[in-house]
Amino acid sequence: MVDLLLALFQRPNFLTFVIIFLWGFYIMLTRYNLVKKLVGMYLVQTSVIFFLVSISAKQGATVPVLLTTTDPVQAVDYVNPLPHVLTLTAIVVGVATLGVALALCAAIYRKYGTLDEEEILKKLQ
Amino acid sequence: MATGILMTFSFEIPLLLLLLVTAVGAVLVQDLISAILLLGSYSFFLALVWAWLGAVDVAFVEAVVGAGLATVLFLLTLFGTAPRVSRLRLPPPPMAALVSLPLLGLLLLYAANDLPQFGDPQSPPSTHISPTYLEQSYQDTHTPNVVTSILMDYRSLDTMIETVVIFTAGIACALLLRRHSS
Repeated sequence: MVDLLLALFQRPNFLTFVIIFLWGFYIMLTRYNLVKKLVGMYLVQTSVIFFLVSISAKQGATVPVLLTTTDPVQAVDYVNPLPHVLTLTAIVVGVATLGVALALCAAIYRKYGTLDEEEILKKLQ
Repeated sequence: MATGILMTFSFEIPLLLLLLVTAVGAVLVQDLISAILLLGSYSFFLALVWAWLGAVDVAFVEAVVGAGLATVLFLLTLFGTAPRVSRLRLPPPPMAALVSLPLLGLLLLYAANDLPQFGDPQSPPSTHISPTYLEQSYQDTHTPNVVTSILMDYRSLDTMIETVVIFTAGIACALLLRRHSS
């Protein structure tokens, strides 16, 4: 138990990731307003990306832009660039899905006149 | 050991707290426009944390796409729909969410013990293939920015398919938002 608490204390990024991830998930499950649900979805997306970027950090390393192009490169001097590439793709795709979801919201509002989930269900019946 | 970790993370802790405050506030605020603006500031603090962690390319993209484009998309939707309906109903949470989410959280926190130290150069994600990319990329692609060389050269097929995804999303938006001329 003490080990676990110490492990969490040494990884504040992971603790932040877990809190924001669960909070966003909870909002997606419980709120009626569709825009609030999308806010929760955005929190979940960005928290996972935050965790991936935190993994790539190295103590005492600099940004992954080579300082010298003639000497051999020491990998310890630069942070891990691979998660950065994967998360760049994930951010852009996440915003693309968010755009489609918001367009769906606008279409729903145009047809039903509300963004409240329960009222839409009532009008559907 | 513990004090050393505290020292290295000391600049990061206030940023993480700001992240948590804006993430919670963006949901709890009743007015939807204020919620979206808080979400934009959350994105911006996220970009600051990433710049602090050395991920400058990701920070740029988050500041432009996350804090800029996503906020604009949210605001356009709100102006197109009903920002006047600001009183949001808060239903009682379902039992399934109250049981399953804390269990998921406990599992995630239990896994924290097995994670490698953040910032450890010898951690598994930083040892297998990533040193190869760092050491070879200039010989292979003649680009000093390693992130660009991986994105546009080693993994250019991934990037191409990503543009297909964005194209599909654009078509979907256009089809959803088109006005019927009936």
